[in-house]
Amino acid sequence: MTFIVPIGPQHPALKEPAFFRFEVKGEEIADVDIRFGYVHRGIEEALQRRDYKHDVYLIERICGICNVVHTTTYCQAIEQLAGVEPPERAKYIRVIILELERIHSHLLWLGIAAHQIGFNTLFMLAWRDRERVMDLREIISGNRVTSATNTIGGVRRDVKPEHVPTILRGLDELEHSTKYYIDLFNSDRTILARCTNVGILTKDDARKFCAVGPLARASGVDTDIRRDHPYAIYDKLSFNVITEREGDVWAKSMVRLREILEAIHIVRQAVKEMPIGPIRIKVNLEIPRNEAIERTEAPRGELFYYALSNGTDSPERVHVRTPTCANFASIKRMFLGGTVAEIPIVIWSIDPCFACNDRVALVDSHTGKTFNLSLKELRKWRH
Amino acid sequence: MGLIRLCRKKSPWLIHFNTGGCAGCDIELVAALTPRYDLERFGIQLRGSPRHADILVVTGPITRQAKDRIIRIYEQMPEPKSVIAIGSCPASGSVYHDCYNVVWPLDKHVPVSAYVPGCPPKPEAMIYGILKVLGKV
Ligand code: SF4
Repeated sequence: MTFIVPIGPQHPALKEPAFFRFEVKGEEIADVDIRFGYVHRGIEEALQRRDYKHDVYLIERICGICNVVHTTTYCQAIEQLAGVEPPERAKYIRVIILELERIHSHLLWLGIAAHQIGFNTLFMLAWRDRERVMDLREIISGNRVTSATNTIGGVRRDVKPEHVPTILRGLDELEHSTKYYIDLFNSDRTILARCTNVGILTKDDARKFCAVGPLARASGVDTDIRRDHPYAIYDKLSFNVITEREGDVWAKSMVRLREILEAIHIVRQAVKEMPIGPIRIKVNLEIPRNEAIERTEAPRGELFYYALSNGTDSPERVHVRTPTCANFASIKRMFLGGTVAEIPIVIWSIDPCFACNDRVALVDSHTGKTFNLSLKELRKWRH
Repeated sequence: MGLIRLCRKKSPWLIHFNTGGCAGCDIELVAALTPRYDLERFGIQLRGSPRHADILVVTGPITRQAKDRIIRIYEQMPEPKSVIAIGSCPASGSVYHDCYNVVWPLDKHVPVSAYVPGCPPKPEAMIYGILKVLGKV
């Protein structure tokens, strides 16, 4: 006898709407079905109607949490289309804000994860420390969340030399608190009891379901676009790719926490080695027909952009594949055989970001066939 | 009557629903509740169930799918209730204003007591918005 437990779309464990349908046998989860689309806004279609410059601001708002990595990937793709290279200093600034974003995203994750297992003190502590990163981001970009720093051909704001000591001081504080959290995850009984052997994704499954980012790395898959396909100036910096073997929630937390330390290390190097020079170049945005793909490592995993130009100043097509989209395939495997109490932390352990994820794919419920709508059909849907 | 109004002003509980925004406003709302800004010092807490909540906090430009949900959540809340729209999205659609799947503004669907503009607004602005609504109670 199975019961259906519906979760969502409004749910305390999720900051964003999604619907999960769990089939449970007593305490045990027998099946899970996921329904998305509450956040689908139609961004890819809107991108085609605006010009390249305006698109940067829309791209930035695909996902507020990882906005910098979205704009960086987009700008790099368009730069590739136009055949230009941004100045060296701009690349360093991009890496600095990218890594600060990774720190903020992982601390945010840590806080909410602690909240999911009922450890609210840690939630508050993590968010208190996260404010330090937000301050640093505000110093550099003038804004706490959406940074609006990237633009096609470089960046719009420089890291001023007088800000460097503040940034380094902030990083020291962050390093100190992250080390404390790592200790906590290694020793605290509540955390160990709630996180070890929960929501396991084995290495084979991670490969089979094409998991990306920290989720894959926590299962022992050694992958990181920053190292495998260096962009910006990652090839000039030294950093480690963090992996764990266990594949459970604990391993996923550990990967993220240790990545914060690596990110701090990267920002320190970048700030120190930053060359002097211009921060942006002018790009002619009437780009002849060309296509480009670009991959970057977002805080949640591999982010993929495809761009096609057609000679005008707006793109013919921009396609985005976000890491959460790739990671949802693995989620069923992580739930099966688990208990109801594990649901929130396991959902959160993949660090889902529905704002990134929701896109149109229609499924015919009779035949089970999936099809995508063309632009013309989509237009008919507009009011 | 005076006593009831006084009580209602204290410790309102919030419920938060993202109707399709970019999550920028959502994380700033959570930031407003955590130690730096500490909305909880006013007794304001984020709650999971609409039936416990006094104030509905809405972010995002209201996608077609989320529209029915937001109306349902609003109806499930007990009286007296207010709605705060956070960010430019529920007010004017923000960057998504011409996307095909959004049906902003929010006040077409539920009555709104306060708008907090910005993309995303700072936590200070959100606190100001919430206090403004309390002033109206
Ligand atoms: S107002 Fe801006 S930051 Fe807030 S949800 Fe909308 S686009 Fe995102």
